[in-house]
Amino acid sequence: MKYLMLVCTDPDYKPSPEDLENAPDVEAWVEEMDGRGVRLMGNRTRPATDATTVRVRNGEVLLTDGPFAETKEQMAGFDIIDCADLDEAIEVSSKHPMAWGGMIELRPFWDDDAD
Amino acid sequence: MATLIRFTGGDWDLAEECAQEAFAQALRKWPSTGVPDQPLAWLTTAARNRAVDVIRRSATEARKLREVAAMEPGPVPARDSEIPDDRLELMFTCCHPSLKVEAQVALTLRSLTGISTAEIARAFLIPERIMAQRLFRAKQKIKHAAIPFRVPPAHLLPERVPAVLHVLYLLFNVEYSELSQSRVSDDAIRLTQVLAALMPDEPEAQGLLALMLLHGARRAARTSPDGDLIPLEEQDRGLWDQQRIAEGEQLLERALRRGRPGPYQIQAAIAACHATTPVAAQTDWPQIAALYTQLLRLVPTPVVALNRVVAIGMAEGPEVALPLLDGLSEDDALDAYYLLPATRADLLRRAGRLEEARASYATALSLAPSEAERRYLMRRLAEP
Repeated sequence: MKYLMLVCTDPDYKPSPEDLENAPDVEAWVEEMDGRGVRLMGNRTRPATDATTVRVRNGEVLLTDGPFAETKEQMAGFDIIDCADLDEAIEVSSKHPMAWGGMIELRPFWDDDAD
Repeated sequence: MATLIRFTGGDWDLAEECAQEAFAQALRKWPSTGVPDQPLAWLTTAARNRAVDVIRRSATEARKLREVAAMEPGPVPARDSEIPDDRLELMFTCCHPSLKVEAQVALTLRSLTGISTAEIARAFLIPERIMAQRLFRAKQKIKHAAIPFRVPPAHLLPERVPAVLHVLYLLFNVEYSELSQSRVSDDAIRLTQVLAALMPDEPEAQGLLALMLLHGARRAARTSPDGDLIPLEEQDRGLWDQQRIAEGEQLLERALRRGRPGPYQIQAAIAACHATTPVAAQTDWPQIAALYTQLLRLVPTPVVALNRVVAIGMAEGPEVALPLLDGLSEDDALDAYYLLPATRADLLRRAGRLEEARASYATALSLAPSEAERRYLMRRLAEP
């Protein structure tokens, strides 16, 4: 089962000094998950100020500067992971450093393989 | 159901449909053929055959058919005792923390007991349509997000067992207050018995079962013939179910011996203190107050704090407890909770401060959630 990991900031949360100290390292996370064959791809994304929102209305392409939804939480990156089930996806996400200071939303793919 | 869900590779709708079909088949056949020797095995076989039929007919589901074929290692069970016990897996699936707690409770009831969606809706005081939707969404999420059908591995148990216990506890309490006479309450106990038997190393599972048995033992004494609540100290202790009390005590002792106390074991210990006291006046309130203090450390909620004050009031007198109550009133969570003014009223009355007691009873009356509780407060208000 494939999941999109939306890696987001949480501006309202200040991690404790212990969590900051113990939070895993992102390089190590990528290495582990690539090695396990769990992580298919992923990247950091530029902040919302660099975003462009595209709409087509009545055949006309309309562009807006910025994200489609203004939220305090910002998407900072994404990963696509392939896991046995939700429990494995949760385990993978909880080892990502951004889960310790921000948050991660897990979205299962609509159409997984031949389903 | 649990066995069928496993068999269909986690397709809840198909499992449900096939179970219903098997029951319908039984209703048609059994009156003429008689009930088979192994009714459960008969039903399981019929439902499994139906599942294979449905999946074969649907060509687009070729992948699922391969899965089913792969999952068909042995012959269908011929005897009831050969049916594997998949209920624990199902409990963990229904109580997965990625589902909302309301959905967890409803799904556990629907999948693990024979209770209909309409009955569950009535117990939770919501329209059947909403409950059906809630169940449907939860089942969809289990399928789409691939919530696993299994008992979590050992390292995940500490974070996953509490969710299952919590759901069973909620189940027990909902029925206890809303449908005290219904079979739902016994279902909660039965499910906890399954959990406790299958997880003998979890003292909190044993503790929860002990708590349910000790509370359940008082059921017959809890309400008067006209539906009024009878407080613990006025209950006819001769109506308490001594067999359940003994069973609960035994379980609790075994759990406590593991040296890993938790909220359910402590609550069961409190219930055991009451259950084993033959006359209300002999209640060991200092012991109960000490247990509440221990519970408050683990579960720092205002309701536990309030119960602790009640116990201290009984152990050390109303004058000691009243100042502790003042600290609690500042908690917003208790603002509309009728037991706070009711407790204050009771303490004031026992301290001989009748004028203030009357005012507190009036506040409690205005907040009481049901007629039975209002009648109880009125009686107290009328006492000298």
